[in-house]
Amino acid sequence: MNKEPCLRVQGVTKHFGGLTANDNVDFAVEEGEIVSIIGPNGAGKSTLFNCITGFYKPNRGKIFFFGKEITRYRADRVCKIGIARTFQVVQVISDMTVLENVTTGALLHYTKVGRAREKAEEVLTFSGLMEKKHFLGTELTIADKKKLEVSMALATQPRLLMLDESMAGLTVVELRGMIDLIKSIRKNGVTVVVVEHVMEAVMEISDRVVVLNSGKKIMEGTPTDVVTNPEVIQAYLGDKYHAVCK
Amino acid sequence: MKVPVFSQKSFGVVALAAAVAFPLVVGNTFFQHIMILFFMFATMAVAWNIMGGYAGMFSFGQVAFFGIGAYTSSFLLITCHVNPWLGLIAGGLGAAIVGAAIGYPCSNLRGHYFAIATIAFGEIVRTCFNNWKMVGAAEGLSLPMLDEGLLNFMFHSSKLPYYYIILVFLLIALAVCYLVSTSKMGYYFRAIKESHDVAEVLGVNVVWYRLMAVMVSAFLSAMAGTFYAQYVLYIDPDSVLLLPISIQIVLISMLGGAGSVMGPVIGAAILIPISEITRVWLGSKGTGIDMLIYGFLITMISVYQPRGVWGLFAGAGRRAR
Repeated sequence: MNKEPCLRVQGVTKHFGGLTANDNVDFAVEEGEIVSIIGPNGAGKSTLFNCITGFYKPNRGKIFFFGKEITRYRADRVCKIGIARTFQVVQVISDMTVLENVTTGALLHYTKVGRAREKAEEVLTFSGLMEKKHFLGTELTIADKKKLEVSMALATQPRLLMLDESMAGLTVVELRGMIDLIKSIRKNGVTVVVVEHVMEAVMEISDRVVVLNSGKKIMEGTPTDVVTNPEVIQAYLGDKYHAVCK
Repeated sequence: MKVPVFSQKSFGVVALAAAVAFPLVVGNTFFQHIMILFFMFATMAVAWNIMGGYAGMFSFGQVAFFGIGAYTSSFLLITCHVNPWLGLIAGGLGAAIVGAAIGYPCSNLRGHYFAIATIAFGEIVRTCFNNWKMVGAAEGLSLPMLDEGLLNFMFHSSKLPYYYIILVFLLIALAVCYLVSTSKMGYYFRAIKESHDVAEVLGVNVVWYRLMAVMVSAFLSAMAGTFYAQYVLYIDPDSVLLLPISIQIVLISMLGGAGSVMGPVIGAAILIPISEITRVWLGSKGTGIDMLIYGFLITMISVYQPRGVWGLFAGAGRRAR
């Protein structure tokens, strides 16, 4: 039986005027995997994220979700079919409490606010934010804000979760918490794609890594393959990460 | 801003009791007139709040909906003898349809750009009515005198019926606002207000929900428009389609506390009496001192309590918890 991958990106090209942000990018993510997309700043990672999640329409190429083409879907429709995402710059609803923020996400599948709130509390217990459910979005630390954003995405009950630099700027302890959270999300059957610069996390959580540079995919493989590839080490990771994969 | 609902409710119950009792205690028609204006502006401000306070769509064209409501029911009454109550519904639906028609092309406009577009919308509607001969152009419309009674929405011997009718309209607007704010729609409006991107990643169809906000808001504003026409019995573009009315509605909501159910009512309770009393007592001297007092108050609130007067209660509620 030939099972369709969870996500398939096929020849995606995105131009902004004369700039090609994504150039014929191909990759696939199997259900239950954690795949990281890495590359230097300006490599086109976030643009690719935006193309997949309906914020940008690619100029060429196609995107499939479990075999269904979603290339031209609007962002809200992408969410409805089961793809949730977070943003590089954390975005939560600042005048809502943590619980209300997550309830808003849960309302995608519930009409009654009460039922959505129950679901939100379940998600908050899972993500470890239950104790702060009455805090306003603005009153949280950056780490908790990132967790909140992930919780909001989880409340929409996605099959694929896409995290845009959810581990950037965290302390060692906070990073540990986020890594554990992402692992538990996968355990619950959600496929995860991350754009990340924190190599420590990428090495630990990823089943596969896709490397972008100047909009093109230059390599794809296991974390060890990627970080032992001399070209990748030199160009994108720097020598110091070489030690991580010894 | 988390406003505890129970405190809004208890405040509402006390205020309602006072409002019902007021004309029975105070017989002075000038004060009754001020209260009627207060309820009318509060109704419009509550309607604006659904759009501006909850969904973050800062409209400076709200008077257009008010005017469309007033003109629709008046025109139907004059030309087709349509009962004003039916005219009220027709006006509400007309305003909602016009709101949707203008809201759709503006659905991607955010923040200041949306506000500018609504100013243009309000002015375009005013200019159209100013030159549209069928609806009296600049001369406006005088409503025919009908027999006094609730059925005809017309009362000649007392202001009391008008007082209670507009109070009921305000309660309807508040009920709608409360239902919206506590429902899925209210949550989605607040997400849209924060950012379209946040709303979209949570699966919110931003265009659809923004249109819903405009249509609900337009319908309620148009109800107030019909009331005004029936109360004053004469309308023209300068009385029901003027930009300063839109600005006043926004100021009332912001002063009271946009994004809370009771905020706009508090705003209207402060601003309308001050506006009317200073205008009547001081305005005739031609010194403009009424506008100075009005301006000073708004400035003070903007500087010291930008979340509006209701923000004081909300802050206290959060601290108490």
